[in-house]
Amino acid sequence: MSKKEMKITGFGGQGIILTGLLIGRAATLYEDKHAVLIQSFGPEARGGACGAQVTVSDEPILYPYVKEPEILVTLSQEAYSTYIGQLRPGGTLIYEENLVTPRDLPEGVKSYCVPSTQIAEDLGRKIVQNIVALGFFTAVTKIVDPESMKNAIKTAVPKGTIDLNLKAFDKGYSYFKNGS
Amino acid sequence: MKADKEGVLTGNHFLDGDHACCEGAIAAGCRFVAGYPITPSTEVVERIASRFPLVGGIFIQMEDEIASSIAICGGSWAGKKSMTVTSGPGLSLMMEHIGYAAMTETPCVFVDVQRGGPSTGLPTMPAQADIMQARWGSHGDYEIIALAPNSCQEAFDLTVHAFNLSEKYRVPVLFMLDECVGHMTEKVVIPEADEIEIEPRKMTNKKPGEYLLYETDDSMVPEMVHAGEGYNFHITGLTHDERGYPNLTVDTQAKLVRRLCDKINKNADDIIMYEDFHLDDADTVVIAFGITSRIAQHAVNMARDEGKKVGFIRLQVIWPFPEQIIRELAGGNVKKFVVPELNLGQLVLEVERVVAGQAEVVSVPHAGGTVHNPEDIYEKL
Amino acid sequence: MGKTDTLNKTAEVRTPAENPVDKYLRMDRMPHIWCPGCGIGSTVNCFVRAVEDAMIDIKKLAIVSGIGCTGRVAGYMNLDSFHTTHGRAIPMATGVKLANPEMNVVVYSGDGDLFAIGGNHFIHAARRNLDIKIICVNNFTYGMTGGQVTPTTPQGIIASTMPYGNFEHTFNLPFLAESCGAVYVARWTAAHVKQLTKSMKEMMSKKGFGFIEIFSPCPTLFGRRNKIADGLEHMIQFKDKCKIKKGASAKEATFDPDNEIVLGTFVNTERKTFMESMNDRYEKVFGPKYVRYGEE
Repeated sequence: MSKKEMKITGFGGQGIILTGLLIGRAATLYEDKHAVLIQSFGPEARGGACGAQVTVSDEPILYPYVKEPEILVTLSQEAYSTYIGQLRPGGTLIYEENLVTPRDLPEGVKSYCVPSTQIAEDLGRKIVQNIVALGFFTAVTKIVDPESMKNAIKTAVPKGTIDLNLKAFDKGYSYFKNGS
Repeated sequence: MKADKEGVLTGNHFLDGDHACCEGAIAAGCRFVAGYPITPSTEVVERIASRFPLVGGIFIQMEDEIASSIAICGGSWAGKKSMTVTSGPGLSLMMEHIGYAAMTETPCVFVDVQRGGPSTGLPTMPAQADIMQARWGSHGDYEIIALAPNSCQEAFDLTVHAFNLSEKYRVPVLFMLDECVGHMTEKVVIPEADEIEIEPRKMTNKKPGEYLLYETDDSMVPEMVHAGEGYNFHITGLTHDERGYPNLTVDTQAKLVRRLCDKINKNADDIIMYEDFHLDDADTVVIAFGITSRIAQHAVNMARDEGKKVGFIRLQVIWPFPEQIIRELAGGNVKKFVVPELNLGQLVLEVERVVAGQAEVVSVPHAGGTVHNPEDIYEKL
Repeated sequence: MGKTDTLNKTAEVRTPAENPVDKYLRMDRMPHIWCPGCGIGSTVNCFVRAVEDAMIDIKKLAIVSGIGCTGRVAGYMNLDSFHTTHGRAIPMATGVKLANPEMNVVVYSGDGDLFAIGGNHFIHAARRNLDIKIICVNNFTYGMTGGQVTPTTPQGIIASTMPYGNFEHTFNLPFLAESCGAVYVARWTAAHVKQLTKSMKEMMSKKGFGFIEIFSPCPTLFGRRNKIADGLEHMIQFKDKCKIKKGASAKEATFDPDNEIVLGTFVNTERKTFMESMNDRYEKVFGPKYVRYGEE
């Protein structure tokens, strides 16, 4: 796998940074890959559009920032508007089906959507919608193995919530698998 | 000596640079931290505050950076390896006690996670603009040691090393991250405690009465004692004699201040750390440190791919400055030194001084807020 | 016994080498820098006697001073001693105490050092009820730098930087200390040696943040400008104007040279120290896996 540069975006409180962190943990701790996570700080991290920049690569990563992501995940409309212009031509867009309307989608972009909030609500906890999205992301991008991602989840979320989070991940993952 | 097992978080982690620095300090045996919150360094003390209660350490959030920077001097003399953590505006306030720690030869570590300045500047964005302040910021003649990590792994490894150097030379060591390294998250491998080398404090074997606080041998580094051991020592920021007593004379001043500088400068070979790449055939050499060194390396790789004879020196220790290697290169085949840094040209002045007109020196400045584009550096090669 | 008799007896029995104060002093640093008539030396005498009376292990006693005339006390005491930067004695003491809780830590410094440049540190150490003791020799001036105005200089007093008389309002230090949370607060003068010694002993025997203010003459830089010819005369003035009042409130401890000045112990109470509070909190959170810090 060559270098993959991505941005995970949404609004503050959606678990955006955790999602980025889990991708990095899966790649580095459970696979033999390199990863760098840069998270947004300051006012933007407290509500409004917020983002995590993640680079995953087989080689050591020198330049840490992601300016033109190849993969963009947007879980809110504001984040979509803020970041869609950065998506590389021919890149991949993953978005929350009920929260984002992909207006003026650049040509050549491959887009995939998941009703992650609805799925999370069906599981009884809206809070795990980011993990549903992460499962979907894992299935779409194939950057890391789903087992690695699950290991990363198990060791990062509060103990009492592991099962719920794994279930959320599986739902998101199979939503893509079943749909395609 | 090897690290104390207690507190060493052996294993693989995905940590940001600030947290890795905290783990490095704990592994190094640091058990007293006094600090004041300031972006982008706060994560270091937040993790210290959370980790210390169960590893026998004590953390206090002081009322300001001035207080923090002298509290760690007290902590060190009372027997604990001590550290404070800050960013530019706080570093400005701490200058008073960087001088005091240098004068009283107090081993301690000042972590500075650099952000854009001057003044409040860019709290959440990177810069490398404290480099000269680190070296010259307190008044008077003195020497410090400054290190700059360029990855989260190094934020761990070099924090341990910073403590070791501060103990070995009884000098304040500045650990200069930048916001980018401090806030980015990468894999960090923390080794087993018995694989971590620790420099023990240089304590005296002499008895009270035989012992003089600042008596030195050829190492130029005096042996230390702690409060409560019965030595009745006296430390002062005034010019002092071997007993530690104030002695405001020309001779005492010359002897003391020269030794404070010599113990670092004459041991520079032992302290200096850098990585070098492709120097054998290089006609152009890039010199960089911290996050900028990663961007510079990218640029160097681009140039090498095109067959350009570009070498690279990546500084891990900034002060003392590695004069010798640069002087040798300048006297050899190197025609040009390129110095990218996240400031408007600080370390480049040191390169110019050392190169002394024997080669061209090109600054690649950046006012901070983000990092260079690799192309900005590549263009100068 | 007449005055002469006492002096003769003293000369007979106490040769300088046997002075009980000597072992607490760095005799190799004598003579000291303090002027004739200065009150700092007599407060040091009281302190030494208080330490002896309180039976404090001097191996575990550290003294910390800032900058200034009183700031030199640390240098003359044969203890682990810290002469810090200006105003920073309290945070230095904080570091020593927290890193080695076995130590008894005393800060000995002046009014300018502790309450102008060091004021912020004072209020926070008191708020935390850090187990350190503060002795402030208040001579109403910066002696070392030549007699400038301080936060305690009374109004109307001439100082080198108040050549037409001080017009600033002053601190009431005991009231400040009490309101910040000190558990022991007293005020004496350098002329009240018995009371001061007893008070110092009382403070040293207590846990928590203690504070004693001591009025002291500075004939060279305060007296000279303000028609108080010598230190002795200033001491006599103190004796005349000051009234010891039992159970006085710190609020009454203003300083107005034209009126009666209240001396005494204003606060003597109990409150958890910084370290006790910290240990209790962590023990509550972590349970038995927490080892109480700094306790045997």
